[in-house]
This record gives sequence, structure tokens and C-alpha cells, in this order.
Amino acid sequence: MPAIVIDDLAKSYGDLSAVDGVSLEVAEGEFLGVLGPNGAGKTTLLEMVEGLRRPDRGTATVLGLPVWPRNAELLPRIGVQLQASSFFERLTAREQIRTFASLYSVPHAAADEWLERVGLVDKADTRVEDLSGGQGQRLSIACALVHDPDVVFLDEPTAALDPQARRNLWDLLSGLNDSGRTVVLTTHYMDEAEVLCDRVAIMDGGRVLRVDSPAALVRTLDAPARITVAPGAVGVEEAQGIAGVDDAHESVDGVVLSTRTPGRVLAVLAERERLDGVRVQAGTLEDVFLDLTGRAYRA
Amino acid sequence: MSTRGPGRSAFVALSAAIFKGFLRDRGAVFFSLVFPLMFLVLFGGIFTDQDQPKVEVIQVGEVALVDDLPEGADEAFSDTFDVTTSDDLDDALEQVRKGDADVALEQRGDELVAHYTQTEQVKAAITQGTLRAFVDATNVAELAAQTGAEPTYTFEAVAVEDDSLTAIQFVTPGLLGWAVAMSASFGAAATLQGWRQSKLLRRLQLSPVRTGTLVAARIAVTVIVALTQMAIFLGLGSAAFGLSLTGAWWMAVPVVVVGTLCFMSIGLLAGAIAKTTEGAVNMANFFVLPMAFLSGSFFPLDSAPAWLRAVSSVLPLRHLNDGMLDVMVRGESWTAALLPIAILGGFAVVVTFVAARLFRWETT
Repeated sequence: MPAIVIDDLAKSYGDLSAVDGVSLEVAEGEFLGVLGPNGAGKTTLLEMVEGLRRPDRGTATVLGLPVWPRNAELLPRIGVQLQASSFFERLTAREQIRTFASLYSVPHAAADEWLERVGLVDKADTRVEDLSGGQGQRLSIACALVHDPDVVFLDEPTAALDPQARRNLWDLLSGLNDSGRTVVLTTHYMDEAEVLCDRVAIMDGGRVLRVDSPAALVRTLDAPARITVAPGAVGVEEAQGIAGVDDAHESVDGVVLSTRTPGRVLAVLAERERLDGVRVQAGTLEDVFLDLTGRAYRA
Repeated sequence: MSTRGPGRSAFVALSAAIFKGFLRDRGAVFFSLVFPLMFLVLFGGIFTDQDQPKVEVIQVGEVALVDDLPEGADEAFSDTFDVTTSDDLDDALEQVRKGDADVALEQRGDELVAHYTQTEQVKAAITQGTLRAFVDATNVAELAAQTGAEPTYTFEAVAVEDDSLTAIQFVTPGLLGWAVAMSASFGAAATLQGWRQSKLLRRLQLSPVRTGTLVAARIAVTVIVALTQMAIFLGLGSAAFGLSLTGAWWMAVPVVVVGTLCFMSIGLLAGAIAKTTEGAVNMANFFVLPMAFLSGSFFPLDSAPAWLRAVSSVLPLRHLNDGMLDVMVRGESWTAALLPIAILGGFAVVVTFVAARLFRWETT
């Protein structure tokens, strides 16, 4: 039985259709990423699946239970992290997670354990207002997990973090579904979806355009590879003359060659000793997004 | 509310979290406890010493009238006058001129002469009137002694001790009402807005905690704060400023509790209307501060125009203040508090209903 079944969910705000008929299944133990630019409808979709918002149309069930109206039987089995840092004001990190633990009748010891697991032991007595962005997100995730839920929803847990803090958080996030827990995460970072998720649902304009594993998404993409060589290593005209090159143009990084047969083109370049500063880029989720929507991805 | 294990542990945990959050919020503690107490100390300090200061008299040489006052009269005399003696008339007059003393008194034969300045008109009037009265009384006593006849009329003054309440008696319930109104409304307004902004309300909605448990925890903390305010006000008023409580004062406890609920609902209304936490607290203040003036928290409305008193009678704070005044210091029986309790409870229900209708989850 899938952990989450979403059937034709839709929600509009006035004239704006935030989510427009989304259907999706998430298997037990799966790590699903919902990827899309800001305003794609990710948060609205997530809030409907969590049971926070009443859908205009469609249904969602989690662990076989309907999520709307508020389902007291389901709530202890799901964990949520909302976009904002939803904390009790002026409590310390330890008091914070212990309070959340008490809401689920979880003993303090288990709460303290989670503090350790997210690496906040030395910040236990720091008030939540004084935590850094990354520490706050760690605490927020720990509060979502303190009662050991079967399904976890994380809404943009790495938003507004610097790249280093984001990467640090990935280590924590990547192990979340190891013990069979189902995780749904929204993000507008391509790399994050690629690293963390078993499957990625690409969302834009309130619709899910495609759902698959990151690798499969790129593989099915009929996108050319891009070979970049240092400026001056090869002329644009010469590059265009190489067999298999669809297009070549100059960019700030050098000359960019688009090709569907990167192996052969690289061999020719090697033969002519034109490989200075070479970089090869296969298709990315960004290309997938471009391919699906016809426009470039802007987070 | 549930008394089962989980419900109770959630109630205790939520109450503790809210209470700690309050104690650590210096602004909230200041405005709900310290600020009103400053007013109590100020008003209490000003009005305790409200007896007219004594008239300072310099007695120059022998003044038989003062030295040989009959029993009873000498006490009354020393209540009004503070007498020092001197032998130097010029020096005494100089002191009066400079304001160091109020009057210089000398006796020339059978004539009592008082030297005073007109700069202190009230004291001058008191001095003249009182001294004339003493002279008259002494004359009457002498005449009575000579003729054996009793005076036809006698005069007695009796103090009426409600005398619409000495200042501290009036000021303590009024300021307490204002303090309770502030902390209850600010607390509710800030919590509702702050928790909505941070999505904590949403987060709690997705925990197994019942809404009733959450509301009960918030009410419990606010009521504890209000009763603490009450204990501090009554304690300080009694200990330092001579506040004396009358018979059914304990009935003020339920009045304060219902008043707290009423002003929490006003805070909820402010929190539901406003868009930011600061805005919510400002709006609560906008409701409460003018209401405090119009409800007699700072000064009695006895001499206010009729229309103002009519306006004040539709304000909940007026009924909170009146309820406390009646049972705490006016000596009325416990039943006097029932009507204010009913009115405050009615306000709480209606305003909460309006606030719930106006509440929106999203602030944008």
C-alpha cells in the first residue's frame, strides 16, 4: 500500500489557481522531492496533503487515512516542518523540543536524544531566536521527528541557508528514510533534489509535469551534452565543423559545443589537441525543466 | 478539556512554554507588572500625605491664649499649628516674610496679633479663621465661667468615613483593573499574531493537541499573571499605603478572572484585525488606554459630565473597576460582584465570537 495517495487535488485563491489537479503516489519508505520555482504551488500542495488546507477538489490519503478534515488518528503518525521556523518564543532549543515531545506524550529523554542527533547539544541552552539559520532548521526538523512519525513533510528545509549550511543539512536529511520512513520534501534547488530524492516531481504552474528518479528524468531527456573548452582553444567555426556538433558558440567561459555524441566529439578534440580546460556537462534537471516548460529555470 | 494523560501533559507543557515565554519577555513583564505598579506607587505616594500641612507658627514672647489653652482645645490647636517660640519679633517677621514660617504670633495686652503674608492665601485664611475661633472659644469659656450660663449652641464635626473613599482605596482597584486589562489583552493579541506569523498555530494544528487544550493553557497563564498582579497590588497597597480591604474582597478574585477573559477576547480581536505582532499590541493598547481613562482607572468619574459617565458604562473596564471597588473597598456584599461578572462574561463571549469571525489564517 502506498504511504501517500494524492488524487486530483486542486486549490485556487480567487482567480489564481495554485494547485491545478495533481495526482501522485508515494511509496512507503520513499524519499520524494517536489521541485519547482517559487510560486509553482509546492507549499499549497503540501499543506493540502498535510491536512492544513481544504482542497477545492480531489482527495489525499496518508497511511490509508483521509487527511481532511483534521484527523486525530493520523496526526501522531505524521511529522511536519513548515516553511517558517515555527517555535515557541524565547524558549531554549532544549525546552523547545521537549515541549513538542510533550505534545506527543514523548518522554524528555527521547527529545534530548534528537537534539544530539541533529548536532545541537552544545546549543541546548541557547534561545531559538539566537540560533543560526542552519541550527534553527535542524531544530525544526528535530521537532518534526521527535515522535518518530511514519511520514515526514519538510517544506523547503534549506531555503535561505548559505551553500555550506545547505550541504551540512543534506547529511541529516539523506538518512531520514533509512528506517522505512516516508519523506516528502519541497525544494527549489535542483542539486538538492538530485542528491536527496528517490523520485522527483517537477512542478510548475500548479501542475506536476513529470515524476521519476532524477537519473531517469535526465536520461529520457532528449537534451544535448555541452562541451566547454578554454577560450581560444578552438575556434567557433572549426568547432561547428566537427562531425556530431549541433551548435557551437562563444561564452564567457570559452567555446560551448552542443552535441548528442559527446564521446566522438571529445575524441576529435583530443586528436587535435584542443582539450585545454575542457568541461563536459550532461543533461541536468535544469534541462529537464527547460524541456518541459520551454523556459529557463529560475528558482 | 481532557484529563487523560496525554492531554494533561500537553496542557502542562504548553502552559509552561507560554509562561516562560512571558517571563522572558522584558517588555511584557514591564507593561503588565512594573508599569502599573509605578503608577500605584506614584498615586499612593502623592495621596497618602494628603492632609493639609500644618501651619508653622512662631510664638513671640508670652502668649497666654496659646499657653493656657483648655484641655481638648490644645489638641485641636496642635493639629493645626506647629509652634516654635522666639523672643525676637523682628527675626520672626523676617522668617514669615521669607516663607520659612507662616505666621508670627504675639500678644499685646489683651490683643492677639498675627503677622502673616498674603502669598500663602489658604494658610493665611486658615490661620485667621482658626485663631479667631480660638479667641472666641476662649472668650465664651471665660464668660461662661463668670456668669455660670452655658452657651446656647455647640458644634461638633463628624468624619464620614466612606467619604467616597480615600485616594488609595480608590486608586488600587482602578489601577489593578487597568493592569489586568493591559496584560490580558496584550498577551492574547501578541500570542495570536506571533503564533500566526511564525506558523506555530499551523504547526500545533498538525499535532494531536486539541484546540481546547491550547486555549486552556493560554487562559491559565493569563489568569495566573492577573492573580499575581492582584496579589502584588493588594499586598503593596496594604503594606505601604494603608489600603484596607472590606468584607467580601475575596469576591474580587472571580471578578478579576472574568475580567481577564473579557480582555483576552479584546486582545484576540486586536490580534485578528492587525497584520503584525507590533500592530496587534498597539491596537490592544489603543483599545485599553482610552478605556482606562474613561472607566475611572486613574481618577474618579463622580465629577465627570453625564455623557462621559454614560459612555463609560458601556466599557467593560468600567464594570471590572466597579466590581472590584464594590467588594474590595466599598464594603458591599459579595452579591454586588455578580452583575459586573455577568456583564464582563457577556462581553467576553460576544467579542470572542467577533474575533473568531474576523480571524484569517493568512496575513497577506
